Amino acid sequence: MNQSDFLKVVLPFKDKVFRLAKRLLVSTEEAEDAIQELYFKLWKSKDKIVEYKNVEAFAMTMTKNYCYDRLKSKQASNLTLVHSNYLEKDTALYKKVEYQDSLSIVHQLIEKLPDQQKIIIQLRDIEEYDLEEIGKMVDMKPTAVRVALSRARKTIREELIKKHNYGIS
Amino acid sequence: MESANIEKLIKKYLEGNTSLQEETTLKNYFTKGIVAPHLQEYQTLFTYFVTAKEESYLKTIELSPLKKSKRNYLWLSIVASIALLVGVFVGKQQYEEYQQKQEAERLFAELSKGLKLISTNLQKGEQAVASLYTLENTVNKIVK
Repeated sequence: MNQSDFLKVVLPFKDKVFRLAKRLLVSTEEAEDAIQELYFKLWKSKDKIVEYKNVEAFAMTMTKNYCYDRLKSKQASNLTLVHSNYLEKDTALYKKVEYQDSLSIVHQLIEKLPDQQKIIIQLRDIEEYDLEEIGKMVDMKPTAVRVALSRARKTIREELIKKHNYGIS
Repeated sequence: MESANIEKLIKKYLEGNTSLQEETTLKNYFTKGIVAPHLQEYQTLFTYFVTAKEESYLKTIELSPLKKSKRNYLWLSIVASIALLVGVFVGKQQYEEYQQKQEAERLFAELSKGLKLISTNLQKGEQAVASLYTLENTVNKIVK
């Protein structure tokens, strides 16, 4: 498998993995690093890739695991503090500049979800995969995915209605 | 009538039972058409989903340059270590051979020096013996 073949297989889903990474890692730079890392790994195992039926699902799983690792190592180290500081600043800025922008509210609501529900919402409502594919990516049964999805959607809706009623948006 | 249908779909959607197609219908309704007032809170949600899909990875993905140089270093180190190993072996052999040769040459020179000494001395003796012979002959002639 040469480079152009590899890119043909692997480039179509670069945006999808990027969005997933960004959903989990929040910062764009970190997500970019994650994607670069992912493509290195894929390139390294490019001979095995031919055997996989669904490279995209495989890449999604890899991204998810990589992001989990990053989050874990960040929690364990001092970086947590630095990062959360940075995050708060970011949202404060958001609040000032575009609090009226209700889309950012949805963004924040999704951010508050547990990681697993975050991934599932991302994969289903934004990337539009079917439940079975998602099940393969996150290593869950499709029914369990459906339950998690429903839970996440209901949480978002409740929060959204609350915000709506308070008249913030 | 349409909004009733949408309401039904939303109920299904919250339970996670909608198909991808039905979800597309929902997205289309909330992003393209006029939304019924009691459904407005969902509008932001679906609009967000649609816009979120537009974000893309703009940096170029680098595969070969870094990878290649890494591999080159690996090969270089392997080759260098093999060359060093071979060099040490061959050098040692050559050195030993050279030393043996030197030793042999020294022995040969000593030996030939000794042999030369013997041969000159022998020659002296032979001359002496030859003169003895002539003496004996003349003595014999005279005595006879």
